[in-house]
Amino acid sequence: MEPRSATGNLSVTVNGKLRDIFDGRAHTTALEWLRGSGLSGAKEGCAEGECGACAIMLAQADGSGGTAWTAVNSCLLPLAALDGQEIVTSEGLATPGTLHPVQVELAERGGSQCGYCTPGFACSMAAEFYRRGRGTESTPVGHPADGGDLDGTEGCGERGPNGFDLHALSGNLCRCTGYRPIRDAAYALGEPDPGDALAARRDRPSASPLTTVVTAPDGTFIRPATLAGAVGLLAEHPDAVLVAGSTDWGVDVNLRGRRSPVVIAIDALPELRGVDVGAEFVQIGAAVTLSEAERVLAGRVPLLAGMFPQFASRLIRNRATFGGNLGTGSPIGDTPPALLALDARLVLASSSGQREVALEEYFTGYRTTVLRPGELIMAVRIPLPLATLSVFHKISKRRFDDISSVAVAFAIDVQNGVVRRARVGLGGVAATPLRAHDTERALTGQPWTSETAADAARVLGTEGTPMDDHRASARYRSAMLEQALLKFYSDVTLDQEAVS
Amino acid sequence: MSTLSSRPAESAVGRSVAHESAAQHATGKALYTDDLAAHTVGVLTAWPVQAGHAHASITGLRTDKALLVPGVVRVLTAADVPGVNDAGIKSDEPLFPSEVMFFGHAVCWVLGESTEAARLGAAAVEVDYAPLPSIVTVQEAIRAESFQGMARTVQRGDAGAALTTAPRVFEGVTEFGGQEHFYLETQASLAQIDDAGQVFVQCSTQHPSETQEIVAHVLGLSSNAVTVQNLRMGGAFGGKEMQPHGFAAVAALGALLTGRPVRLRLNRTQDMTMTGKRHPFHASWRVGFSEDGRVLGLQATLTADGGWSLDLSEPVLGRALCHIDNAYWIPDIEVHGRVAKTNKTSQTAFRGFGGPQGMFVIEDILGRCAPALGLAAAQLRQQNFYTPGQSTPYGQPVRHAERLGTVWDQLSTTSEFETRTSQIALFNAAHPHVKRALAMTPVKFGISFNFAAFNQAGALVHVYKDGSVLINHGGTEMGQGLHTKMLQVAATALGLPLDAVRLAPTRTDKVPNTSATAASSGTDLNGGAIRNACDQILSRMADVAAGLLGVNAADVRFAQGQVTGLGKPNAAILSFGEVAGAAYLQRVQLWAAGFYRTAGLHWDPERMQGEPFKYFAYGAAATEVEVDGFTGAYTIRRVDIVHDVGDSLSPLIDIGQIEGGFVQGAGWLTLEDLRWDESDGPGRGRLLTQSASTYKLPSFSEMPQIFNVTLLERATEDGVIYGSKAVGEPPFMLSFSVREALRQAAASFGAPGHSVELASPATPEAVYWALTRARQDAERDVTLSPALADA
Repeated sequence: MEPRSATGNLSVTVNGKLRDIFDGRAHTTALEWLRGSGLSGAKEGCAEGECGACAIMLAQADGSGGTAWTAVNSCLLPLAALDGQEIVTSEGLATPGTLHPVQVELAERGGSQCGYCTPGFACSMAAEFYRRGRGTESTPVGHPADGGDLDGTEGCGERGPNGFDLHALSGNLCRCTGYRPIRDAAYALGEPDPGDALAARRDRPSASPLTTVVTAPDGTFIRPATLAGAVGLLAEHPDAVLVAGSTDWGVDVNLRGRRSPVVIAIDALPELRGVDVGAEFVQIGAAVTLSEAERVLAGRVPLLAGMFPQFASRLIRNRATFGGNLGTGSPIGDTPPALLALDARLVLASSSGQREVALEEYFTGYRTTVLRPGELIMAVRIPLPLATLSVFHKISKRRFDDISSVAVAFAIDVQNGVVRRARVGLGGVAATPLRAHDTERALTGQPWTSETAADAARVLGTEGTPMDDHRASARYRSAMLEQALLKFYSDVTLDQEAVS
Repeated sequence: MSTLSSRPAESAVGRSVAHESAAQHATGKALYTDDLAAHTVGVLTAWPVQAGHAHASITGLRTDKALLVPGVVRVLTAADVPGVNDAGIKSDEPLFPSEVMFFGHAVCWVLGESTEAARLGAAAVEVDYAPLPSIVTVQEAIRAESFQGMARTVQRGDAGAALTTAPRVFEGVTEFGGQEHFYLETQASLAQIDDAGQVFVQCSTQHPSETQEIVAHVLGLSSNAVTVQNLRMGGAFGGKEMQPHGFAAVAALGALLTGRPVRLRLNRTQDMTMTGKRHPFHASWRVGFSEDGRVLGLQATLTADGGWSLDLSEPVLGRALCHIDNAYWIPDIEVHGRVAKTNKTSQTAFRGFGGPQGMFVIEDILGRCAPALGLAAAQLRQQNFYTPGQSTPYGQPVRHAERLGTVWDQLSTTSEFETRTSQIALFNAAHPHVKRALAMTPVKFGISFNFAAFNQAGALVHVYKDGSVLINHGGTEMGQGLHTKMLQVAATALGLPLDAVRLAPTRTDKVPNTSATAASSGTDLNGGAIRNACDQILSRMADVAAGLLGVNAADVRFAQGQVTGLGKPNAAILSFGEVAGAAYLQRVQLWAAGFYRTAGLHWDPERMQGEPFKYFAYGAAATEVEVDGFTGAYTIRRVDIVHDVGDSLSPLIDIGQIEGGFVQGAGWLTLEDLRWDESDGPGRGRLLTQSASTYKLPSFSEMPQIFNVTLLERATEDGVIYGSKAVGEPPFMLSFSVREALRQAAASFGAPGHSVELASPATPEAVYWALTRARQDAERDVTLSPALADA
């Protein structure tokens, strides 16, 4: 394929019209370009993917040959990454003289007050409106994050009678309404009309990603076609920034003014895109988004199933990848504690080949890892069989769309009432994610009783070196480590009582 | 009943209608200030150079390197100011400072052809600073006696004597933080100069007239040379009452000096680090009760953290002092108030304007003291309500005090308070690791600006020859639905269907000398002004119609777009347009300027006595929460509200204000946590939570699972536009029920009879420590006094 370059032939389909998109810079975001090109419906509320005022819909492969309308934060998307893609903005949802069903419901039910967040809500809501199979999911379902409803008398109310999953709006903030009318608008939606063009669009494949090269004074953006091409480029430019969803890099660009001479987009590399459940392990490609993994795994790995709804927001999960979350080396990412408890290994690739490392050995210090210059993460491997009991436990101020102050993942095998094996992954309590080895030792070989849990919890409370910061005090973090195990034991016991 | 408050039978007011811009909101077609800039050719972008010191002298400023950055057009400094270098109304806010007063203070501004150029230019400006000692916390300010403005006292009776004789006396300290407005649209201005030199500033401002005045005095112009327009705001909440002026002035100065349009839109971090917030407060108090829990006396000292300049701190403090009573009769009271001066952003108006801070103190006192008095908190609150005939500590009779009881009783019924309280007790007994609680709190909130002169408004109403109507008023639209209500008011006043009236944007050259759209007063004031203009026009049109219909002008009726004469049922019915057309031909004026001033207000700010409020808005909320004992994490399970909006002008909009205010209040009380660097390190004074990823406002997960709002019925407010009441601020304070429910749930982890102190905001961490202390207190009880535990 002929590489596309910055000579004016980059293009994107916006609201059904093909538009040239190069604006002379390599770091332009999709939001900046949209607003500068006459489509000012999408707004900048935070420029870091927290508020969703910039949300638009992106046509993405649905995994079965069609297209899924996927809501994304346009403030984090590099414009160049949209080359050859298809997007819809709030302006494109309506047809002249006729509002889109989500717009009708939002407008009539008082879903907008100041209206600044509304175009973003409309796009997030429309993406969920068009989610295939939505209408068949009418049972209210809870997420492990919510602890369910303890008296069992009612659902936790995060899915509407029309199957609308409220988590679809978890990345959109509204400061005016208090959300109730927006929820009612979402829950009042029916199915798309037979003549709905965006619904019909789902039956055709999404655009294949293009190989793109944008060269501009502020840097170069390259989307190579193959893994070999990518690692070749990386060998040439070991300081290049790798992006997939750009949910982290986009924040650096917008808030910290960071620019990179070379940005390499690896989100479309086929070698990084698979989810495979084999006999010995589950392999998740580094460029698989959290949303895709959630959909494809469909609960196959319960620990991850518990983590997904607590990982940022749907808008972020639609772009964020496993590889990105591990690649940043952050001590407060949500996948590392979960993957540590799952004893995951990473497949790393460079121009000189591939190697595998245990995730536990991957982190070397604050935001440093064993990744060598020219090396990238290809996939995550989770060994099978999985532990019999597991949970992902996240402490944050807000239940949706927040960063952990502490995250704890447990994966414990109990046989005949005895803990045979225990793995505990921790986030937010040290410069790196870490395994709670002392706690694991305190559990292993012991009877699975409240005494064991209490003893091990005291050990867990001393793991790591928690700090005071604006999210939580060190004292609370330590207390939460201890409490996490007590809560885990209590919940498991309650579940077993409920079953028996 | 006054004619102002009486409402025709068939009218556009009182109906649930969608926000007038709802369709444009949802389609993205609604334009905000920076959208206008995005559509403006040749616009320059302004970017600030922000200081990295809490307090410092500026000893050098060199801009030459910035000017070398490609695309940089100009750097604006103090030397460029042709008029007065001040952005405030108290002469204490230099626009281009010589002394940095807070971390992030803008020293100068760079104009660039693009955002990128301006940003890089700002990074290239060289500033020399000589650091000075700084005061960051309110405690430091109290120790250093760093205060600003006037100290005030509200006093009645002899609180000292009352506390000497009261059988039960408690004392304590209550501290709570501020709140970031986090309007989704950050501060934005777009300035242009026309061919005649007229300065035109489109600005996201709640107070266009004051923005106009500040721009004029910075530019050295008279007010008639500056026009300010506001299409709408993407939220404001008080944060755009004073704060936009300086930014508008910078944009206007840039436009004046370059001859080009200049946009200034703060990004989120700039907005959070540069603009004022809700005032944090420190309160120390002593309270006396009778044995059976009647409040006998209160002494308190309130210290508001005003930040680096006065801004609106004095009136905010004044409102706090006037709301420390909330709904409660406190016979002997003495409350001192003062404003601390600290090296932080200049704290400002925020929904409630000190009212929430005053009420926080009394609600915290009652919540803490109830267990020690052996009373259920709801009982303690109810038995201390004002009753008819009583007055506030500042001397205003509490008119309609009986509504407190009416609202409370109705809420008790609709929320099934007794039944659920019993169910919750059973639930808690069966669940050691999770507890629920149901709390009710009341609100009484005074409506009107404390500063009497602000209680006036203007409007301009045009009837065209075809009978179509265009209205203009001095209020601004920030999402509260003011424009929608004004359309309803005009349609009602002129006897027209709602769609016959259109509204033009708020502009200072249409309606001059306006007050801020603030203090919940937008509808009362501007509605009164529109009504006045409509009445003038209708009176003239009635004369015309009288001639056409052959009746006396007093017998002409305007309704549903039709004009009829009383007693002439078979006469030809005229359309409104026909009468308008006839009026034009008869050379009768079809437009009018309307004016309104709130009658009956008086206030002595020195003595803090008088009747500053037109009326009180009442409400109450019942909130049920569930708290996880392992983590302190919680959910809001159900909220019931009964609220008094008079006779609602627009129920959908009023309910939206109540729900939105409640959730915003709950955010302040439970989640929103402003943290500043209080260390002695180089970052001292820096706002640590300066972005959406670190400052968390409520999201969907904080929405109550069940949310029932009821408007109090048959609540006509005499003397107010169509019998309605203000709604913008009062519901914010219904959210104290969330905090009190969390306190009660935390207490349920321990033994009865123990006071629970709950830190603010009541984050999961704060609730965890509260419930941990409750457990520890219970354990001590068991050890020391098994008999009590048995009882």
